[in-house]
Amino acid sequence: MSNVSVDAKQPASDNQPENTNRRKFLTVATSVIGGIGAVGAAVPFVASWNPSAKAKAAGADVEVDISGIAPGQLIRVMWRSKPVWVVRRTPELLSSLEAHEDQLRDPNSENEQQPSFAQNRYRSLKDEYLVLVGICTHLGCSPQHLAEGAFAEYAEGVAEGFFCPCHGSKFDMAGRVFAGVPAPLNLVVPPYQYLDDNTLLIGSEA
Amino acid sequence: MNALLNWFEQRIPVMRVANMHAIQYPAPVNMNFWYVFGFLATIVLVNQIVTGVWLTMNFEPSAERAFASVEYIMREVDYGWLIRYMHSTGASAFFIVVYMHMFRGMIYGSYQKPRELLWVFGMLIYLALMAEAFMGYVLPWGQMSYWGAQVIVSLFSAIPVIGPDLVVWIQGDYVISGATLNRFFALHVIALPLVIVILVFLHIIALHEVGSNNPDGIAIKHKKGSLSEEEKTNYEIHEYYTSKYDIADDVVPFFPHIVLKDLVAFSIFLAGFAYVMFFAPEMGGKFLEHPNFEIANPLKTPAHIFPVWYFTPFYAILKAVPDKLFGVLTMFGAIGALFALPWLDRGNVRSWRYRSGLHKWNLIVFAIVFIFLGYLGGTPQENWKIIASQIATVMYFGFFGLLWIYSKNEKTKPVPTRIR
Repeated sequence: MSNVSVDAKQPASDNQPENTNRRKFLTVATSVIGGIGAVGAAVPFVASWNPSAKAKAAGADVEVDISGIAPGQLIRVMWRSKPVWVVRRTPELLSSLEAHEDQLRDPNSENEQQPSFAQNRYRSLKDEYLVLVGICTHLGCSPQHLAEGAFAEYAEGVAEGFFCPCHGSKFDMAGRVFAGVPAPLNLVVPPYQYLDDNTLLIGSEA
Repeated sequence: MNALLNWFEQRIPVMRVANMHAIQYPAPVNMNFWYVFGFLATIVLVNQIVTGVWLTMNFEPSAERAFASVEYIMREVDYGWLIRYMHSTGASAFFIVVYMHMFRGMIYGSYQKPRELLWVFGMLIYLALMAEAFMGYVLPWGQMSYWGAQVIVSLFSAIPVIGPDLVVWIQGDYVISGATLNRFFALHVIALPLVIVILVFLHIIALHEVGSNNPDGIAIKHKKGSLSEEEKTNYEIHEYYTSKYDIADDVVPFFPHIVLKDLVAFSIFLAGFAYVMFFAPEMGGKFLEHPNFEIANPLKTPAHIFPVWYFTPFYAILKAVPDKLFGVLTMFGAIGALFALPWLDRGNVRSWRYRSGLHKWNLIVFAIVFIFLGYLGGTPQENWKIIASQIATVMYFGFFGLLWIYSKNEKTKPVPTRIR
């Protein structure tokens, strides 16, 4: 403590403040205001770690018009530099999905390879439309869609499915992986939602 | 000359600091080879900083150019290969000496009162070092850089509610990308080295305040006035220490006595370091993993993803737990348990020389379990390894649990009051 008194009216020996409450108030007020300032100053530093406008644009949700997809047809769209498949499945195909479940590694989709809304037999929001990231969960090749019985060559009794030409991994028409192939997991279902009956938005859930 | 030194001394305390922290610092006379690893860690830190600065002169931190610029350093920059191998070998060497340094602290009880904070600073250095090493490994932008980063960053997605957003924030993108590489570069070359250097400074200041421990785990500083003149050391010890304590005839000045011993260790260390650097810089895929000689490809996952060897014990613990969030918590808990060591050990005898046989075995088993976990986490997954890593994880935590239980009423041997 300094011996110098700020108040000339007070004797130099008495350097204790008369009212410490005032000093306490100033200390607290300065700390609070300073703290708020520090938090405010931290905002730009924290926020600059967010994805940049460029990254956001590249990773933006993709709208898909599904009105033109014929039954049984598969279309490909790009989302975040990855191929995404949209398949319109026929009722016969949907009813066949149960039959081969004993050949699958994860028939109930217990591994989190899909948003929670797709943890069902059809791995989709609306049974008719299957939406998958078309990248094999083994080493990242893009599997082929084998329809009209062509898949039966690889999986007995299963007429249609996805076959990866790189290392022979097999997936059914819900993207579920067969047992005994290199790929460990079901194909990824991206987050998506229906904007209306004919429009799909890939990239975010409702 | 003296006049010049005095001129400086009056303006900056060069000699006072040199005397206090080296020339007249009392170091226990019985410090053995376990006591060289702190010195070696400092040397390696200097090596990392110097070679790191030189590497940044040619490295380009972008997803497009990083991999090619490392190849450029290796093939076209004069001695670029040498500087890079000094840096990459130095990273592994850092962890070898730090693990030895930590185990030294454990066997001689160097974390016990009054050295708790010293131990905590050391653990903080270890933590910062792990972050530094992880981010450094991402920079060459090879396959293991990319997928290792993928695995480590996605650990944060296990955090409830904020996890997925936190991952995007860390990555600066929806996937690991050039933005991630760039910020890891900034943290690796500026932020974390600063943090580490500051922590090392605090570690040493804290060490010199409480004094160095020794293999007997007994004090060399005694209560003022408790030692006779013959029992006190004849060496000139800095007044900072002698004014508070009687320093027993159990010490030598740190410089030159301890430094010379450290230099012997340094020359042996250097021979091993140079051997690895010149003849086995990849160390059979352990120091530089082979998939990392292929450029990062987000569409192609390597068949097996492992972190570098110094993280594999913790990786094994992570994989041992079937639940993701609980696995992450267990892994961080494994490091947290080390932090808490000064409070988990309730004994007051420091060195394992004078502690129970149970304690010695507990330490040895812990070291073996740690190495075994490292093996499990660094080799391809097999069914037996899942059970093995679960048992080893339980044993890892068992060390701390057992220690907490038996240290309360441990049967210890009589501890000498003097080293000699």
